[in-house]
Amino acid sequence: MSVLPYLVAGWIFIVGVYGLATSRNLVHAVGCLAVCQSSTYVLLLSVGYRDGGTAPVFSDLRPGTRPLVDPVVQALALTDVVVGATLTALLLALVIQVDKRHGTVDPDELSELRG
Amino acid sequence: MSRGARLWVLAVGAAGLAVLLGAASFRLPHFGGDSHPYGGRAVRAALARHTANVISSVNFDQRAFDTLGEESILFAAVLGTVVLLRQTRDERQHEPEPAPVLPSVRRYATLALPVTLLVGLYVVAHGQLSPGGGFQGGVVAATALHLLYIAVDYRALERIRPMGIYHAGDAAGEGAYLVLGVAGLLCGTSFLANFLPYGTFNTLASGGTVPLLNAAIGMEVACAVVVLLSGFLDQALEIEEANRT
Repeated sequence: MSVLPYLVAGWIFIVGVYGLATSRNLVHAVGCLAVCQSSTYVLLLSVGYRDGGTAPVFSDLRPGTRPLVDPVVQALALTDVVVGATLTALLLALVIQVDKRHGTVDPDELSELRG
Repeated sequence: MSRGARLWVLAVGAAGLAVLLGAASFRLPHFGGDSHPYGGRAVRAALARHTANVISSVNFDQRAFDTLGEESILFAAVLGTVVLLRQTRDERQHEPEPAPVLPSVRRYATLALPVTLLVGLYVVAHGQLSPGGGFQGGVVAATALHLLYIAVDYRALERIRPMGIYHAGDAAGEGAYLVLGVAGLLCGTSFLANFLPYGTFNTLASGGTVPLLNAAIGMEVACAVVVLLSGFLDQALEIEEANRT
């Protein structure tokens, strides 16, 4: 079944969105956002996969001897991982500040504005 | 909106999205298929520029300008985290107590520290040859420093971690990337274009500017991870509310 990897990527994304919408804890919500993001890695890497392909690195591989998987999507996934990790850190720092100012990390209780 | 109503809205939206994603999946290229027009071109360009690791060539040569944007997101996210996690007026800092460490943990963490640091630097330096590069190697090198926190305690980590240097290193890595881009302009090519000789294929001195950009990114990522973790560790171990004690 050749569409299975794409469907898996969509499934992971929807699971993450479900977690985001029903979350009662902001730390949990940040985790769910990371799940949504990991669906893009699955999608990118399944777009780039090639049957019998090997890594596009020529340090121990003669050019032209083996089929290669797509390096462009791998480069995209690589930067996505690093940027995603730092953005998760930024969001967790925000959660720490929310907890300090409001004394709660439940998004349902964070409805009022405070100066 | 009540929780029940919200769940219904979510269910309708998710079902619609699932139908669209499912329909789109059947129009995507065949999984594992042979048609990778951009992949083939990227491999040819990397070989023409004597870079053995095609992914590094894509990131630091063929789309180096995009990597500048991603690196700036990283820089801005770290800056935001540092601002958010600073000590506020109603908080005070206290000295963390030394904690007991199991002798076996201490032994293995001390052994692993130099090895991890070396692996991190190796991965940065060989980014143009073997799998790896500045992003991955920087994270590994930053992890190595934090083995000291596991092996001894927080005060030992603080002694080898003068934060000013790492803040400056973070900014210097970002700046070095820009300077290398401008150097291309001064050498008569375009911004962030490869202006150095390509070197011998599959040796350390290959790929033109790729190893230099790798090193700049490696320095920025290593310093950024140290800065990030220090912010969170300070929150957990040092900073407490003045009225809570």
